[in-house]
Amino acid sequence: MKPARDVGIVGYGAYVPRYRLPASEVSRVWMEGRAALPVEEKSVPGLDEDTVTMAIEAARNALARGGVAPEALRAVWVGSESHPYAVKPTSTIVAEAIGATPQVSAADWEFACKAGTEALQAAIAFVGSGMADYAMAIGMDTAQARPGDALEYTAAAGGAAYIVGPREESLAYLEGSYSSVTDTPDFFRRPYQHYPEHGGRFTGRPSYFKHTTSAVRALLDELGYTPGDFAAAVFHQPNIKFPQRVAQMLGFSKEQIQAGMLVPKVGNTYAGSSLLGLTAILDEAKPGDRVLLASFGSGAGSDAFSFVVTDLIKERQALAPRTQAYVARRKPIDYASYIRYRKKLQIH
Amino acid sequence: MNLPRYWRTEKARYALVGEICRTCGKPIFPPRDVCPHCAQTWQEPHAFSGKGRVYSYSTVYEAPAGYTEYRPYTVALVKLDEGPLVTAQVTDVDNQDVRIGMPVEMVTRKIKEEGENGLIVYGYKFRPVLEDVKR
Amino acid sequence: MRDVSIIGIGQTKVGEHWHRSLRDLAVDAISAALKDAKVERVGALYVGNMLSGELTAQEHLGALLADWAGLGSIEAVKVEAACASGAAAVRLGYIGVASGIQDFVLVCGVEKMTDADAETTTAAWSAAVDADYEASHGPSFAAINALLMRRYMYEFGVQRQDFAPFAVNAHQNGVNNPCAMFRSPISAEAFEKARMIADPISLLDAAPICDGAAAVVLCPSDRAREFVGKPVRIRGSAMATDRLALHSRSDPLCLHAAQVSAQKAYQQAGVGPHDINALELHDAFTVMAALSLEACGFAERGKGVRLAQEGEITLQGRIPISTMGGLKARGHPVGATGVYQIVELVEQLRGEAGANQIDCRLGMAQSIGGSGATAITHILEAQEER
Repeated sequence: MKPARDVGIVGYGAYVPRYRLPASEVSRVWMEGRAALPVEEKSVPGLDEDTVTMAIEAARNALARGGVAPEALRAVWVGSESHPYAVKPTSTIVAEAIGATPQVSAADWEFACKAGTEALQAAIAFVGSGMADYAMAIGMDTAQARPGDALEYTAAAGGAAYIVGPREESLAYLEGSYSSVTDTPDFFRRPYQHYPEHGGRFTGRPSYFKHTTSAVRALLDELGYTPGDFAAAVFHQPNIKFPQRVAQMLGFSKEQIQAGMLVPKVGNTYAGSSLLGLTAILDEAKPGDRVLLASFGSGAGSDAFSFVVTDLIKERQALAPRTQAYVARRKPIDYASYIRYRKKLQIH
Repeated sequence: MNLPRYWRTEKARYALVGEICRTCGKPIFPPRDVCPHCAQTWQEPHAFSGKGRVYSYSTVYEAPAGYTEYRPYTVALVKLDEGPLVTAQVTDVDNQDVRIGMPVEMVTRKIKEEGENGLIVYGYKFRPVLEDVKR
Repeated sequence: MRDVSIIGIGQTKVGEHWHRSLRDLAVDAISAALKDAKVERVGALYVGNMLSGELTAQEHLGALLADWAGLGSIEAVKVEAACASGAAAVRLGYIGVASGIQDFVLVCGVEKMTDADAETTTAAWSAAVDADYEASHGPSFAAINALLMRRYMYEFGVQRQDFAPFAVNAHQNGVNNPCAMFRSPISAEAFEKARMIADPISLLDAAPICDGAAAVVLCPSDRAREFVGKPVRIRGSAMATDRLALHSRSDPLCLHAAQVSAQKAYQQAGVGPHDINALELHDAFTVMAALSLEACGFAERGKGVRLAQEGEITLQGRIPISTMGGLKARGHPVGATGVYQIVELVEQLRGEAGANQIDCRLGMAQSIGGSGATAITHILEAQEER
């Protein structure tokens, strides 16, 4: 899919909280230390953080890099599965905090881990249709996992914000995108339930791998590219193995996915995952680099995008904290502190 | 639920938006109708940069109702680069590591929740500078 | 303008009065004061109180207490200036009599803090600071004062332990005050080990949450001897305010309102700090005691702690403070405190202070609201026979 007018990423910004729960801690409490660890450690939001606060910081970073006046944004859209309110958009609070109100559209998006890239697709369409010059899309989560469940090792917090704007102002322009969706109930949560349910191995081949490969292959097909045409690729990262395997299945090398692979040190930031990985790639990208972004959201579907980095990247990378600075800012905590921070003590 | 009270102060709380007095030119935070420096009533909005230094601090162990779930937390007087002194919590730092003179930057965080059903109140806090960025 | 005297005092013990409500405590103090003054009727009642609405769902204390104490249909009103509410009530009572508009005035300070749990009371007390820009960020009232203490320590090179003499002195004096909440001495070691409330303020830096009521009867000085043998004249009465929030002050470590009200009171009385024999200052926190001594001219800026360390604040010292225990040991039922300070000075000036008696001709009381935004100073003397 290509919009009627050429668009791209004008600014981007990341956020990862400071606290880390080593996977070995989860294993210590639940498996006497004998569990297989799907990541090294995961990020944990502080007591005063939530999807709103993290999105505000990522948005401010994106504005700093983009050099866009907040009043010029015509949309602020936040995709998450952990919006602090069930009714009242995260997006209005973010829009107010960054000074984008009132002449702005604000709404929350939801599609498990691809809520953020759904917002990105819409931002591309908003700007690409000529309705707006700038639109902001954010993927951000403070994921919750049931204590003792496999997902507890990886459910993390963080994400990224992107400002979509005209190609001439972009640090990476869009070549095309593709969304592939089927109704696949691999992972879901009913209202008033605190934790999601998931289908175990059903979340693999028929879900993550099927949709990611469909979307990417369709995009490459449409654009006439092969994996070798890309300097870097980033996939949704629920753990270390899945993105490595899907990269291999599609023909991408370990080197190509290296820069965007944050999951070992940060965990799975759900709606923020692939978008956050992309910020790490952009922090090091050079003009001319072609980058593949492919998300996955349970339910299920995948959004794939191809971007080409422009000359404008060089002057913008250093205008906000680098993603690796957020990753390096770490304060390890133990399981008991994690339980307190994530308010699991109140649930019986 | 105090909804209007929190709503009225949103711009100041979310983004440290204060004022510059158009008569005497001095910065004002929080915003107010009568300039505290020259008592005139002509101001324009001004978003403070959020950069400053810790002027004093205290770690709260006995917290007032509404804040007990966060204790112990550290409150501080922060001297903004532009001049005004601001009362706020310091976050993203171990309580024992806070020092007078520490350079800090503003972040928007959750201040409290009015119970499980009520409003989530967001506002400014300060944290040690994450990374020196050219702006 | 005419001179005003205090002809009667009354006070309840300060403590946790589970069996006495706010109105019960007030009536106790009022009855005692009227009896002490040998007066049956007064023309007006000023009630000093801060938290009755928030903690006991009761406002309109003027009418309530005039009713409950059987005072008749007199004019009556609640006066509020946070922690200085009691002193503010004294001030208005003084103005009423000095102006000639009122003749016999009852001033009652009362506070009931223990009907709510500690967290609720702590939160309510935060109404003394800026609700929108201080309290809303989570500092307790103690934490606001702790910001001052931390800065004081930083600027003047003082350690936390150096503040111990304020607490030790207060508790020592509380031993001999039957109305004090705390009547056992504390040591400097206990001060050092005390549990933190909002660091560096510990349990032993801070006045307690408690209940109490105190009352005084005022009348024109030239009629005082018709009623009592030892009236006490108010030589100076002055009030000043400063910016409400600590962060709004140009120099947070200078209690500007305290300084101004002290100077105005000295001027009105025609005296200076060297003339004062006893000082009932606002030691809600040890740092406030230090800053008050400096604001009132008993020590230079930053030297208030040194004065205490040199023993000058004890009953034997150059400027005895908290002679009956102060806010720290007698207690700080917030809105009542300002009246307790007056009652205790009257006891000193009458020679009725028991084991804590000092040679007292001129006494000074200062009450501070919030972190220094209101300050009310009174200077009292034993009235000479004419």
